[in-house]
Amino acid sequence: MTHPGTAASAGRIAAVPEKIPVTLNVNGKRVQLSVAPWTTLLDALRDHLDLTGTKKGCDHGQCGACTVLVGGRRINSCLTLAVMQEDGEITTIEGLARNGELHPLQQAFIDHDAFQCGYCTSGQICSAAGLIAEGRAKTADEIRELMSGNICRCGAYPNIVAAIQQAMERS
Amino acid sequence: MIPFQYSRASDVADAIKQSAADPSAKFIAGGTNLLDLIKYDVAAPTRLIDISRLPLRNVDETASGGVLIGALVPNTDLAYHPLIEARYPLLSRAILAGASQQLRNMASTGGNLVQRTRCFYFYDATTPCNKREPGSGCSAISGVNRINAILGTSESCIATHPSDMCVALAALEATVHVKGPAGTRSIAFADFHRLPNNTPQLDTNLEPDEIITAIELPAKGFAANYSYLKIRDRLSYAFALVSVAAALELDGDTIKEARLALGGVAHKPWRSSAAEATLLGKRADTAAFAQAADWLLHGAKGYGHNDFKIGLARRAIIRTLSQAARGTPQSISDKKIR
Repeated sequence: MTHPGTAASAGRIAAVPEKIPVTLNVNGKRVQLSVAPWTTLLDALRDHLDLTGTKKGCDHGQCGACTVLVGGRRINSCLTLAVMQEDGEITTIEGLARNGELHPLQQAFIDHDAFQCGYCTSGQICSAAGLIAEGRAKTADEIRELMSGNICRCGAYPNIVAAIQQAMERS
Repeated sequence: MIPFQYSRASDVADAIKQSAADPSAKFIAGGTNLLDLIKYDVAAPTRLIDISRLPLRNVDETASGGVLIGALVPNTDLAYHPLIEARYPLLSRAILAGASQQLRNMASTGGNLVQRTRCFYFYDATTPCNKREPGSGCSAISGVNRINAILGTSESCIATHPSDMCVALAALEATVHVKGPAGTRSIAFADFHRLPNNTPQLDTNLEPDEIITAIELPAKGFAANYSYLKIRDRLSYAFALVSVAAALELDGDTIKEARLALGGVAHKPWRSSAAEATLLGKRADTAAFAQAADWLLHGAKGYGHNDFKIGLARRAIIRTLSQAARGTPQSISDKKIR
């Protein structure tokens, strides 16, 4: 019988694999990286590309702080591997402003004071950009439902919904 | 995360070949569950075989009037597909009741079927768990079991299957198409997931090097009278304590056909032919629905913290059948249960 409470990897002898070359398109720039296969997209962005605007909250897909857009769709960057996103068009919070002008969502979050500590904000804004592109949410109830993957522990939700509504009206 | 090798499959045959060559490899598609399990040291594959680029992303009508869904169709795309929204709204609503939009954008149709339980003890590698380590014991039976099963349990395991999508697929009587070294085969949805018995480490009847290629829906979609009701500890982005998929075919007030499946209460989506049969020919009213609920919950057993699920499930079944009969399915964004 196996010993209770042993981790799945216990006793495993595995050769440490080589790093893998991967090409990512991040915020319109093509970048070549060499990463270990188990490097998440989140870790590649933060640790290899120094794009620390994308936050590591729970690292388990439960908080949404790591939300980025891939091909215009919002995903949790903590639950995908960098090597799986080869050639994907990735947009992070650093890529939303255009020609020195804030993205309408960034401006709306400031206008509505839609954050307190700010840790969830880049994920909230990237998620909201995905939400607006999807075009499925019209009412406040629908915004709340389709933004439920982004947790704000400061509880700025009413202001976040107001900010998204403003950006929606102007987009 | 622990180190692993990574390779891409060039086609389905190559994926099966790579898997057969390495028994400790796992397929990765959306990755939303598997990478999480690796981070928690619950899964430790030595290789991930990336199948996410295989051409299994179509949703097509079949000659028999049904729909064939490629295993790699993302959950969001399936929920919003015009054919699914129009003809199988029960499936669409069930998908949108699960996870978050970010996760649904990543998660695949096939992956949703083989996601693993969210039992706290399965995820906690420091505690005994027969599903994670056969023979080590079940921590949930005498532990914190608020989220655990009340039906089809065994002395080895009281875990639940966490999917919402699968509850609708069970009610709609979907078929799972799989491919392996021995060729292709089709598995009726009711036979795809297993009960724990004394082998809770096996969630499904899929063989280790088999791959899900498609899910097929039969022609009948119950688009007029259906509802999916999910009861959970918060209003969104939480697993079900109890969920109900109900689909009816009515002739006036009289029930001609009924489908009823429960989520969050067993190791697989829970159906009972006796519960569905008892509704046939009856007037669609609370008395008939209560009788069906009692049949469906026959033999239900609580383990302490989850005793409340039995009464909750009974009320949820009656309510969901009422919503289906009225043609007013549960709204996803308006959380009031009417």
